[in-house]
Amino acid sequence: MVIYMLCFVLFCIGLYGVLRKRNIIKIIIGIGIMEYAVNLFLIVLGYRVRGRAPIFSSDQQVLNMVDPLPQAVVLTTIVISLATTLLLAAIAIRIYEKYKTFDITKIKRLRG
Amino acid sequence: MEIHLILIFMIIFALAAIEIKDLLSSVVAMSAVGLGLCFAFLILKAPNLAITQLVVELLCLILLIRATINKDLPLVKDGRWFFNTISTFVFVAVFLSFIYFALKELPRFGEPLMRLSQQYFDRTAVGNTVNAITVNFRHLDALAEIAVLFAAIIGVLAVMRKVGRIHEE
Repeated sequence: MVIYMLCFVLFCIGLYGVLRKRNIIKIIIGIGIMEYAVNLFLIVLGYRVRGRAPIFSSDQQVLNMVDPLPQAVVLTTIVISLATTLLLAAIAIRIYEKYKTFDITKIKRLRG
Repeated sequence: MEIHLILIFMIIFALAAIEIKDLLSSVVAMSAVGLGLCFAFLILKAPNLAITQLVVELLCLILLIRATINKDLPLVKDGRWFFNTISTFVFVAVFLSFIYFALKELPRFGEPLMRLSQQYFDRTAVGNTVNAITVNFRHLDALAEIAVLFAAIIGVLAVMRKVGRIHEE
């Protein structure tokens, strides 16, 4: 149970960063930390004590390996988190070029 | 256990990444969190994910350094400081209440349910079971993942394009 709580603490740090900070880069970092926490939580759910990696060998049974299904799902999630971070960073670069600031409260002028 | 130590390491560096004023240091601290996640995947017996996480982490680091290098940071403290802090803590408290109800339903650590994994294990002869699931059973997921990745790349190209078509003539 302690390890679940640590994952949730990590998620809450990311949530605090997204909600409280006013810098776009800090918001992107908060989103990234939330993604890390969720990925780690899914893998922790599938862990078996003294289990092996889910790779086939001669004496491998389903009862002595960790759950491979969350790993297959998280593999997708990691790549999609790369895509979202890439798009957010590109938008942040363009916002800095246009407004010369990363502060989200200053980005309200409609300059054409 | 090691996994607890690595999680505490990740939490410390996450706090540093959120709170440091210098943006470049903040990005590097976030990258340290990703490296800790890579080690956590290795300890939790997920080597495929560790490799993928390492590559993705390096790409994110390069992109965010490109976004933050040579940029100044005028830090302002005015505005609705009290309201923002209160609303943030309200959101975190709502999330913690959801956690309180969810923790009762979770399985104990180290004893996964694994209702479907026996089937995955029996019906494939692939050495790496994670690749077997990704390719044999969840190939539409993988296809949608590639679609999302390419959509994001098209979005990046559209956002970063400097000269419109009219100005070229």
